[in-house]
Amino acid sequence: MPSVNRRVLPGFSLSLGYTVFYLSVLVLLPLAACFFKAGSLTFEGFRAAVWTERARAAYLITFGTSLVAAVVNLFLGLLVAWVLVRYEFPGKRLVDSLIDLPLALPTAVGGLVYANLYVPTGWLGQYLVPLGIEAAYSRLAIVLVLIFIGLPFAVRTVQSVLEEIDSEPEEAAASLGATRWQTFRKVILPVLYPALITGFALAFARSLGEYGSVVFVSGNKPFETEIAPVLIVARLEEFAYGEATAIAVVLLVVSFSMLVLINLLERWSSRHVA
Amino acid sequence: MLPEVLSNDPYTAVAVRAPRPQQDPAWIRWALISAMLVVVGVLIVVPVIHVFAQALVGGVGVYWNNLFNDPDTLHSILLTLTVAPAALVANLIFGVAAAWAIARFKFPGRTVLTTLVDLPFSVSPVVAGLIFVLIFGRQGYFGPFLRRDGYSIMPYLISFLGVGLLFALYVLFRPINPRERRGLWNHPRLVGLVGGAAVFGLLVFLQQYFELWPRNESLRIIFATPGLILATAFVTCPFVARELIPVMEATGADEELAAVSLGANGWRMFWRITLPNIKWGLVYGIILCNARAMGEFGAVYVVSGHIAGQTDTMPLRIEKLFQEYNLPGSFAVASVLTLLAILTLIVRSRLETDVHSRVSVAKPQATGAQR
Repeated sequence: MPSVNRRVLPGFSLSLGYTVFYLSVLVLLPLAACFFKAGSLTFEGFRAAVWTERARAAYLITFGTSLVAAVVNLFLGLLVAWVLVRYEFPGKRLVDSLIDLPLALPTAVGGLVYANLYVPTGWLGQYLVPLGIEAAYSRLAIVLVLIFIGLPFAVRTVQSVLEEIDSEPEEAAASLGATRWQTFRKVILPVLYPALITGFALAFARSLGEYGSVVFVSGNKPFETEIAPVLIVARLEEFAYGEATAIAVVLLVVSFSMLVLINLLERWSSRHVA
Repeated sequence: MLPEVLSNDPYTAVAVRAPRPQQDPAWIRWALISAMLVVVGVLIVVPVIHVFAQALVGGVGVYWNNLFNDPDTLHSILLTLTVAPAALVANLIFGVAAAWAIARFKFPGRTVLTTLVDLPFSVSPVVAGLIFVLIFGRQGYFGPFLRRDGYSIMPYLISFLGVGLLFALYVLFRPINPRERRGLWNHPRLVGLVGGAAVFGLLVFLQQYFELWPRNESLRIIFATPGLILATAFVTCPFVARELIPVMEATGADEELAAVSLGANGWRMFWRITLPNIKWGLVYGIILCNARAMGEFGAVYVVSGHIAGQTDTMPLRIEKLFQEYNLPGSFAVASVLTLLAILTLIVRSRLETDVHSRVSVAKPQATGAQR
């Protein structure tokens, strides 16, 4: 869009002014207040708040469960995207739209259902608990619900790239005598790497901040199944605003770094595909 | 086994040859399809069925009672129907303005602004709630003031919004053709500054003269509806803008430039050209934004204070009933939100096929819809 637009089309300063004003009031100033509040703590106070044993356990659980869920989603995403793009089967369109359900379904509903499915008397728990698989009120429960939350990110990123792939390199590989598996490994997978990594990062970033669903399924026991956002709420309920803010700042810094990383990844992958 | 005649003709030979090299063997195909169906079934389909099965476990009568004869649940439904539309309207206006600025003009900082629009998606919902508690809560930056004489800001707030609205109308109705501009239409800065200040003063004076707002009374934002709206608006702020920007960029400015050069003012151009072009993107953004606004949990949880019958929205009500071991009640509320989610998906897939058939409109970016 040429800058000539500015002299011809109306509403440049109005729309830009309103956008900046709205973003400042609703997003930027409140976020700045959070950093400002954390800055009013002494360095020792900040350290004491964010580096307690309980907080460290919470970070570890948050990162660990998010990482495991994102790795699982890496494979599930590839599987689902591959089947949806390459194969025909009855009900394909329905399955395709169902993939987005975790995005549209409120997190509280997801958490409620997952908490009830895997308890010993639940639909799935009655078969799994006798096998020793405790998928309710455990770390496994957190991982499961995070897989649910992250699945659409992993699937859609891979799917959009897979749809764009030309058939020629594959035909060339086949005509040169490559087996199907060799073609997949050497021809298709390398093109998918950027999308796979981006999907992984998106699912991971989303999992880091997740609260609504985890709070239902995890049991929220400190040191065992307490994630960082739950710890923030616990501190808030003790009216320890300073400590809550300090932990929030840690989370914010991590998620902003993830945002930058994802933007770089997306730029890289779009260049890679083109 | 190709017939001799066909294989001599290269074009027909390629068309008839089977299986094509991208085709996997049938057993791999069916194994992968079944594996995927198991994954989707266990992760997504079983939970959805489970919601409705649990909600209806006591029969339709009990279900109805759980939803509409529990005053607290009923209130939570009404509260959600207040909070979500309020946040939606705010983000709708923001989304259209942001998309217009970002997709139609080049200016320094445009990339930064695009990133900032997305920023709320990367903030944990709990942190989103916390920042508003830090500002408006009892011990927050504005807390003491709000408690002492909170309503005293209302005249200024309302007047500011009023002036903004009037100025927006001025810009939209200003004639494009310089020869048609007479009098005040020629002086946007003068009108903006002097007129704006005058109207602002007048509105403030009127509100104070007629004593519209109570004095020395505390205005509750946190643990009350305004806080819920703020937190919800924060979390859902990028949805409409994210959907509109790619659609607007794909349609291009040609039609709008034509309309303007033929003498349409901003208002006519928007309703006749811009809106028809972006309407599906807009509808799509609205339903996504609405689904998230009605279902938001973390941010709202922090600012609500969990006062049953006062500040519990539907997702919070689900949690409270779950804590009280009232599972049928909890699942009844959850089933309503699940229906909403399914409805959202149906509208979405309808729109996508619709959009596909119109070549002029780009498919919303894959990552855009998801974050």
